Amino acid sequence: MPYVHFIDRPTFRNPWAEFERIRKGLDELSRSYFEKGEGQSRANVYPALNIYEEADRLVITAEMPWVKAADLDLSVEGDTLTIQGKRDQRQNESGVSYHRREIESGSFSRAIALPIKVDPEHVSARLANGILTITLMKAAAVAPRQIHVTTE
Amino acid sequence: MTTQELKVQGKKAAQPGDEATKNETYFAPHVDIYETERKVTVVAEMPGVTVEGVDLSLEDNILTIQGHRAPSEQPGRTILEEYETGHYLRRFTVAETIDQEKIAAALVDGVLTVHLPKAVPAQPRKIEVRLG
Repeated sequence: MPYVHFIDRPTFRNPWAEFERIRKGLDELSRSYFEKGEGQSRANVYPALNIYEEADRLVITAEMPWVKAADLDLSVEGDTLTIQGKRDQRQNESGVSYHRREIESGSFSRAIALPIKVDPEHVSARLANGILTITLMKAAAVAPRQIHVTTE
Repeated sequence: MTTQELKVQGKKAAQPGDEATKNETYFAPHVDIYETERKVTVVAEMPGVTVEGVDLSLEDNILTIQGHRAPSEQPGRTILEEYETGHYLRRFTVAETIDQEKIAAALVDGVLTVHLPKAVPAQPRKIEVRLG
């Protein structure tokens, strides 16, 4: 009768860790094929976002040069974050001739589903040097709780 | 008011003149360049750059705009990455004669505006031709 030893395996082994490692490796591999900056087209809706997760919060950053804080409208509803606003700073002087026009003006609206439940009461946003940073505290139900281990 | 919908503009990598020893990423900022009778204005998008990080130079008619970002620590684990961060670098050949002394720059909301006043106001000169 075949007999499998499970004993030599570490007991608390994340079964997905190996997949995660392979996925990361593949990501790196595919990235090296492309020029840096070319893999940016993933987001088509302005603004492009980076999302980070910390133990108790989500941090979302976006590069939004030329957007004034007053023109920016953020809202959290359930687990959907909506970023709306406009950018319209063009010079309208007379006698101006443009050589290059690469910076676009217009309005934007993006709604994203947050990956984690957040507490809508504890959301803060900061716009500095053209970078928007939104900090969303996780809802109490999903925030990690420290568990004290006592010995007898 | 414009009703145009903004789109994400991809970042283009920029190559510093010499190979850098540090493995840093440079992007070419998007720019608007416009000219009036008296000056040339360059507007460059440089989100994340502070005043200390801006480096401007005009040498042999080549305007170099550099924006260095302070290294920031990545908060936590990355869930989504739609854009990369890096320094900014772009060079332009300026055709006009620029009054170097009067170059002025301002950085507001991550946008750098450089005013390059022309040295001599270009005045149309009339040459009279006389038939003798």
